[in-house]
Amino acid sequence: MNNLIVMPMALPVLMGIILLFLRPYVKVQRSLSLLVFVANIGISVYLLHLIQQNGVIRLDFGGWEPPFGILFVADSFSMLLVLASSIVAAACLIYSFSSVEPSFEKNFYYSFVLLLIAGVNGSFLTGDIFNLFVCFEIMLLSSYVLITFGGKKGQLRESIKYVIVNVVSSWIFLVAIAYLYGTVGTLNMAHIADRIAESGQTPTLTVISVVFLTVFALKAGLFLYFWLPGSYSVPVTPVAAMFGALLTKVGIYAMFRVFTLMFYHEQQITHTIIGILAGLTLIGGSIGAVAYKDLRMVAAYNVVIAVGFILVGLAVATPAAIEGSIYYLIHDIIIKALLFLLAGTMIAVTGQTKMDEISGLIKNHPLLGWLFFLTTLSLAGIPPLSGFIGKVLIGEGAVGSGSYVLLALAFISSIFVLYSLMRIFLTSFWGETIISKDEEIPAKKGWIVSTCILALGTIALGLGAEPMSVYIQDAAETLLNPQIYIDAVFGDN
Amino acid sequence: MKINNVILRTVAKLVFFIILTLAVYLFFAGHNSPGGGFSGGLVLASALVLLFIVFDIETIQKGIPIDFKLVAAFGAFLSVGTGFGALVFGENFLTQAFDYFNLPFFGEIELTTVTIFEAGVALVVVGVVVTILLSISEDE
Repeated sequence: MNNLIVMPMALPVLMGIILLFLRPYVKVQRSLSLLVFVANIGISVYLLHLIQQNGVIRLDFGGWEPPFGILFVADSFSMLLVLASSIVAAACLIYSFSSVEPSFEKNFYYSFVLLLIAGVNGSFLTGDIFNLFVCFEIMLLSSYVLITFGGKKGQLRESIKYVIVNVVSSWIFLVAIAYLYGTVGTLNMAHIADRIAESGQTPTLTVISVVFLTVFALKAGLFLYFWLPGSYSVPVTPVAAMFGALLTKVGIYAMFRVFTLMFYHEQQITHTIIGILAGLTLIGGSIGAVAYKDLRMVAAYNVVIAVGFILVGLAVATPAAIEGSIYYLIHDIIIKALLFLLAGTMIAVTGQTKMDEISGLIKNHPLLGWLFFLTTLSLAGIPPLSGFIGKVLIGEGAVGSGSYVLLALAFISSIFVLYSLMRIFLTSFWGETIISKDEEIPAKKGWIVSTCILALGTIALGLGAEPMSVYIQDAAETLLNPQIYIDAVFGDN
Repeated sequence: MKINNVILRTVAKLVFFIILTLAVYLFFAGHNSPGGGFSGGLVLASALVLLFIVFDIETIQKGIPIDFKLVAAFGAFLSVGTGFGALVFGENFLTQAFDYFNLPFFGEIELTTVTIFEAGVALVVVGVVVTILLSISEDE
């Protein structure tokens, strides 16, 4: 028992509610919400350290022992993701201070950001599959509100699609849970894993696993990403950054959890499907990334490519590939937030959204230009930045298992990522400066601070690969040996 | 348009209290049998909605000058607060406690923390239902 495990979800919920009473006091709202995210960073670092010493920890809510009660389980994989999401949330919050309109702040903007992060963290931590559904819903309900903040025509059009797609996929999720409960008679994830291992993964269970795959593919944008670029390019910048960095990652996390803990017995069926979908996602995302001139669309298609790339690791499922996926997942949370913030800043300072309408930005905004260049290199996987290790490890895993097609697709997609972003860098930052300095809206301090935090994050993650590897190896080991997780849930507390 | 229906108004004033009684009954029945904070809250909200329909919105808002958004917020705070309350006593998050007390007039009675949680749920339901209905009715 360690009540700290629930804090990454409970603190934002509590603070989100408290902020409802503090509606007119914008400054208090800002500092309190930042305080929560900083506290969460501290808590997750401490828990990560604790897990290395004591193994996987759990918390039974209300003292109800598993499999009867609901519980939170913290292993290294969950805590690493909670840590990354807290850092990104803090950075996006700092960006929000100087970018969102005062009317948003008085209309519960910070409450919804806090609840969004509560849902994300809850999804990472929960050990109960129905609770996973609930946490997904908390996250989605807040995202429905956040996507429409501003109420522009495009936002309303895209949000209707977004809401419909997510309501339908949540319904499929519920149906899948009902099927699973009807088959194995339990909702506790460790208990499900235990029962499936005992009875063997029957054809019925494999079908159910494919239903789960459909749901998570919709949420993560694995092949079923048709809704993603539109929805992620309309919200205000900090919200788009949080969506791009976190929401698809929750779907990816769920896929990893479900297909390494429960449904790992029929890999030639399930993991082959994941592999095919990942390959198709890489192709589609790459075409999209080079097809658009709108900065936000390019950024959104880069999210799609990353989803495919990370799931190549799951499809291959060798220890090296899983490690690489975890590494790349954390890298991608940080770098996608940075990419969206930079694209949003470029649009904010120039007032243009298409890359060929912006030119010579580097003259007036040198720091912005070099940060963008750094992001490009990191996304392409140039050492010593954070994208490198993940790509190498996933590549190593793909070679090890002989999946050369996926390997080729994964690395060709990296070239497309590089091309799509270098194109922005060359057309928008280089060239003749069209807008004079006094006509441009100056970049605010908060924008620079938050992007610099994330840029330091990607450098630190790249240079600190060695100390990080302890945690990542532990995370991969728990994913590859479900028994560790099951023992932690049913062992003494 | 203002409706002035004497019979409806007189009956509504009476029925309002009957509905409130049912709401309270449902709320406490929920501890061990069907009912509880959610259904109790819904019935309570329906009583308020009846008032809003029979009289006009301005009159009721003058009579009950409460921001129902804050009612919902307070309810949510109460429910989450009971979860955090367990931490103060060093128990697992969301642990609930109960005990029997001898109160004057009531005699021996079971007091539980889960009732506070349920009261929070009821307030959220009332606040949200009334807020939704008022927001819809504001649009022309």
